[in-house]
Amino acid sequence: MGKVGKILRRTFLIGSAAIVGGVAFGAYYVSRPATNPLKPGEGEAALNPFILIDQNGVTLFAPRAEMGQGVQTTWAALIAEELDVDLDQVTVLHGPAAAAYYNSALIGESLPNKGYDIPDIQYNLAEALGVLGRTLSLQVTGGSTSMKDGYERMRQAGASARETLKRAAADRLGVDPAELQTVSGHVIAPNGDKIPYTDLAVDVADLEPVEVPLRDPSEWRYLGQSQPRLDMVEKATGTAEFGVDVRLPGMKFAALRMNPKLGGAMNGYDDSAATSMPGVEKVVDLGTGVAVIANNTWLAQQAVDAIDVDWGDAPYPPETDQVFAEIAKAFDDAPNSTMRDDGDVSVLPEGATEITAEYQLPYLAHATMEPMNATALYTGNALELWCGNQAPTLIQFRVANTAGLETEAVQIHTTYLGGGFGRRGELDFGDIATKVAMAMPGTPVQTTWSREEDMRHDYYRPGAIARMRGAVQDGKAVLIEGAVASQSCTQQAVQRYTGLPGAGPDKVLVEGFFNQPYGVPNYRMSGHIANLDIPVGFWRSVGNSHNGFFHETFMDELAHAAGRDPLEFRLELMQDEHAPSAGCLEAVRDMSGWTGQTPKGIGRGVAFTYSFGTPVAQVIEVVDEDGTIRINKAWIACDMGLALDPDNVKAQMFGGMMYGLSAACYGEITFADGEVEQYNFPDYDAIRMHTAPQVEVRVLETNRHMGGAGEPGTPPSMPALGNALFDLTGERARSLPLINQFDLLI
Amino acid sequence: MATTLKINGTAHQVDLPDDVPLLWVLRDEVGLTGTKFGCGVAACGACTVHIDGEAVRSCQVALSDVWGDVTTIEGIGTPAAMSALQQAWVDYQVAQCGYCQSGQIMQAAALLAENPAPSDADIDDAMQGNLCRCGTYPRIRAAIHDAAGKLKEA
Repeated sequence: MGKVGKILRRTFLIGSAAIVGGVAFGAYYVSRPATNPLKPGEGEAALNPFILIDQNGVTLFAPRAEMGQGVQTTWAALIAEELDVDLDQVTVLHGPAAAAYYNSALIGESLPNKGYDIPDIQYNLAEALGVLGRTLSLQVTGGSTSMKDGYERMRQAGASARETLKRAAADRLGVDPAELQTVSGHVIAPNGDKIPYTDLAVDVADLEPVEVPLRDPSEWRYLGQSQPRLDMVEKATGTAEFGVDVRLPGMKFAALRMNPKLGGAMNGYDDSAATSMPGVEKVVDLGTGVAVIANNTWLAQQAVDAIDVDWGDAPYPPETDQVFAEIAKAFDDAPNSTMRDDGDVSVLPEGATEITAEYQLPYLAHATMEPMNATALYTGNALELWCGNQAPTLIQFRVANTAGLETEAVQIHTTYLGGGFGRRGELDFGDIATKVAMAMPGTPVQTTWSREEDMRHDYYRPGAIARMRGAVQDGKAVLIEGAVASQSCTQQAVQRYTGLPGAGPDKVLVEGFFNQPYGVPNYRMSGHIANLDIPVGFWRSVGNSHNGFFHETFMDELAHAAGRDPLEFRLELMQDEHAPSAGCLEAVRDMSGWTGQTPKGIGRGVAFTYSFGTPVAQVIEVVDEDGTIRINKAWIACDMGLALDPDNVKAQMFGGMMYGLSAACYGEITFADGEVEQYNFPDYDAIRMHTAPQVEVRVLETNRHMGGAGEPGTPPSMPALGNALFDLTGERARSLPLINQFDLLI
Repeated sequence: MATTLKINGTAHQVDLPDDVPLLWVLRDEVGLTGTKFGCGVAACGACTVHIDGEAVRSCQVALSDVWGDVTTIEGIGTPAAMSALQQAWVDYQVAQCGYCQSGQIMQAAALLAENPAPSDADIDDAMQGNLCRCGTYPRIRAAIHDAAGKLKEA
């Protein structure tokens, strides 16, 4: 893990003190262009790592994982906008694992500021820091960063390519490039003749790229408008290729079982029954688990289930209650961070009413619809890996290490992802599929997790506890003090990716907790890290997924204690703090016809979370139908600044909300005897057609800085529903899932 | 012993044990990967196909129990010639990750064959076995209503 270990450790250690050195370090490398991973052949021109032109057409590379968020379509639109090609005439591919496809926005997200309040100079610093992503080869899809990342770079790629094509045409025609126009993949000569870009591929290959300013947004044809998604026809016809759909000549199929006591050893196994079962080719010892290779996935699964394994114990307390007792212990230690400390929370303002509350949220599985899988072909001196993944360069480093190969000998093919939600940023599926394929050199082997294996071997959203104290006076919040305790996803991920211990303040643990745009004079928010070895990871919206619930349930409790309407109470605290956030609350108030009053049998709740640069407000309405509670309607307003594809943003907003509602209603991972007790969807259900609310989304565009779309819809959904249930029943939800407390429709 | 299956109008000889579920015959033997594996216990609907027009979970039908002609997502339309339902899925931009959508479309196709003008309640009843973790339900509902309207006009 030498190289990747070092560079990743540097990435995660960027704190305020290291920023100056980091930029200098970054600037040095950035002055050298990253190697273009596209190797154009005869008659092809790869104008930059994002555009390939040959005789057959124009191919755009959108090297962010398409996991449902529509990123490929919008990245292609960014390029096409400047390149002057029609979106329906280009091919869009994921592209290989390559340094050139670094994520420039991810590191800016790690700066220790609240986000909504950053002045332009700091915003520019975040932009400058983005160059670090390049030096660190962080080709990652995550953190709701893709549009922030691609917005400038992809348009520049398109503009530069267009002008270089014009230069080539000008040379051929003997005219000045200024006399030429470009339309729909053609250069138009002064006399009206059209030269297809594909005809210029050979000429352009020898030219230096031309740099030009970007077009004014008023000239845009694609951006800011909803585009038909490029993957839609494939996904409606069953022809989209997901990782699990990869089929190669002579391919075999494998199933696996890893220790259900997560992280425990394998003491031994008896495979005598398995080896003679139908279709079985081979049993593979994975060290901490076993796999069976067969001629059919189901036959492989039957055989691997027939292996008798002696599993070692888990390195964490075996029962759920013990796990949460361990998390609670973290409150006894000094906080890992206190990223907000305004005024003085130690003194209760005179005449104020104090309230306290404790909340607890469970561990959660990602439960992507496509179970984990990867297909590998190992030949002894090279490795090819096919899988849906959110981090191809990291996977490449990892599996190269597993196979004892140089990274250059490893080729990663990224397919569509049947859901990511953070789970496919992990490396286990690539790593294990590589080990399985190494048992059969020269034969491609697809390793597929059963749903049970997938659900019981996740990197879970950590369980979390919050202790809140607040005070209200004259109808206003005058004090909020909060402490959250949970395992640190960030520190564990650093350890997992690099083998080195993570360290330093963990902003992710407290995101959605310390950085909410409420003006409260005494306001202190801290994070405590619980030391446990349960595998935890990045679950759609990460820290915001628990902190959104903690903060916004408590805001509701404060409003109630103050005798105020919960929406107006929030709005008043927000108005002078961040106008776009207040705008979202006003929008859901207007959309839902919020009056603060609901008839008997109907409850409404509101919640708000600022995350990934995007404020989102939601109102949720529940109805009591003969004692069973159904989620009836939802209204969402978001403000991400410029929305490059508004219809797609709407889909992300209501999709993110549904993902949160699934967790809020039914999601819970618990432990018994060190093993996860949930096996499959019947134990870990989700919102379905009949339990999903009708939904209306409004996309506002007043935010000065571009925010994310994929995650911010998730955090406010859970408290909005809890608050609606309080309005309906008078019972406060201080833990999730709600099915444990309320008679919800299932 | 080889079993003969008629899939999307074509006969296939399959040489696998009798108890292999139809899902894994389609995916790993016949190479029709449009039908998806989601749970293996009939809890998610991703593997939905038609047998003699009836929507079934192919993960629960053993090879030897396949009682009629099988239709998969590949059999109801192609990118060049989509069915009305698939076109509605495109028009309403339904899919996000897209993994569950083959099963959603097969379930919806069986619904429309039986009930050409389903109400919201009919859609709730017919579609609640099909899970979508991306939460595309509002657009699935809209697409089904749209396709029903278009099929009525046709």
